[in-house]
Amino acid sequence: MCLGIPGEIVEILPDRTDLAKVDVSGVRRAINVGLLENERLQPGDWILIHVGFALSKIDEDEARAALDFLEGIGQAYDDELAALRDSSIDRG
Amino acid sequence: MRFVDEYRDAEKARALSAKITSLCEPGRAYKFMEVCGGHTHTIYKHGLEDYLPEAVTLVHGPGCPVCVIPMGRVDDAIHIAEQPDVVMTSFGDMMRVPGGRGSFFDSMAQGAEIRMVYSPLDALKVARQNPDKHVVFMAIGFETTAPSTAMTVLRAEAERIGNFSVFCNHVTIIPAIKAILDSPDLRLDGFIGPGHVSTIIGCRPYEFIARDYGKPLVVAGFEPLDILQSIYMLLVQLAEGRSEVENQYARVVPWAGNLKALTVINEVMELRPYFEWRGLGFISHSALSVREKYAAYDAERIFEIPGGRVADPKACQCGEVLKGVLKPWECKVFGTACTPETPIGTCMVSSEGACAAYYNFGRFSRERVREATR
Repeated sequence: MCLGIPGEIVEILPDRTDLAKVDVSGVRRAINVGLLENERLQPGDWILIHVGFALSKIDEDEARAALDFLEGIGQAYDDELAALRDSSIDRG
Repeated sequence: MRFVDEYRDAEKARALSAKITSLCEPGRAYKFMEVCGGHTHTIYKHGLEDYLPEAVTLVHGPGCPVCVIPMGRVDDAIHIAEQPDVVMTSFGDMMRVPGGRGSFFDSMAQGAEIRMVYSPLDALKVARQNPDKHVVFMAIGFETTAPSTAMTVLRAEAERIGNFSVFCNHVTIIPAIKAILDSPDLRLDGFIGPGHVSTIIGCRPYEFIARDYGKPLVVAGFEPLDILQSIYMLLVQLAEGRSEVENQYARVVPWAGNLKALTVINEVMELRPYFEWRGLGFISHSALSVREKYAAYDAERIFEIPGGRVADPKACQCGEVLKGVLKPWECKVFGTACTPETPIGTCMVSSEGACAAYYNFGRFSRERVREATR
């Protein structure tokens, strides 16, 4: 749970502006962006995600470098992605 | 010195390593603490100690939120999980953490309903889907994670969800660093400051370390080069006789932090008078509890909490490891009685724990170095 992982915003959900659909290494999930309400997030923006929440907006270069690094660390990142895959904060 | 070639930036790392070596005064030893468990993980995974001259020692700090939860709190959480019609929810990292009466996994085997979740919002969803149960979220983490818990409580209130609460174990990083600075066991020359915690609290809260204790601190990113760069920046400060807070990770960490996140934490939570940390003992104002205004979402107010104190197993030296006094391999039970499969101490449980990181990566490079120098 301790990892911060970068994701790219695909869509801001129209009925819930505190949620965004985000792509993280091919896993698409809803992420809460309420902590970045002053950032005017748009599709294509990159964010640093921790336990289902966006903590900060980052630029694309940083996101790609961080992803390379995370993909290299192996198990811990695989576990995080598996947990994210099981997450569905926008439904039910 | 041995260079790992497994990552792309070995060339740059070598260049930084040479600059670091050139900054070390002959005859002087330097001890830097990396506060964050994520940094510890990178250091062992990439064998960064092999890039450092012998004069520079890295000491692992208390910044692994799983590792600092005392056994008594795990027992309290299990007690809550065992109440009728309760569903406990937790991050996966907590599941194997041993309390005095076993772990969440042990408790599940005995019939308690405990579910792993990725986010506190997933825990809230479990509550929505199970209106006849009370769903408790085992909230752990530093300031990185506390805003997520606070946002979830606010969401529960907005939706008027009446069967959800949090068992709040959030801790704050600054009092822990202060406790280490005030500890007579350890003489440090500077700090590699935590990355993700700082995205929330910013860099200002560290200023007392530089001002009052005369120790430089550099907030660092998580890649191997970030950490080497931060060590270089610390050594430059020491060579120039400065002690300041610097931000190596400015591409992610704003100097002022995330004001909205701090506001949300402050709305929902307040500082406890004191809290027990595994290995560090009781530290004043070092943890958060749910404010009375949100009592309906506070598991500590809803359930009777035993609140017993459980001493760590005698053989376990997590305390010394968390304070940086012992290296993982210096613990009596490291790798023998205590392994990631059957952990005695918390430092062996979390992948950010110093012992687990060293067990999984570091010991191999150390053994190789030992063989090479035999």
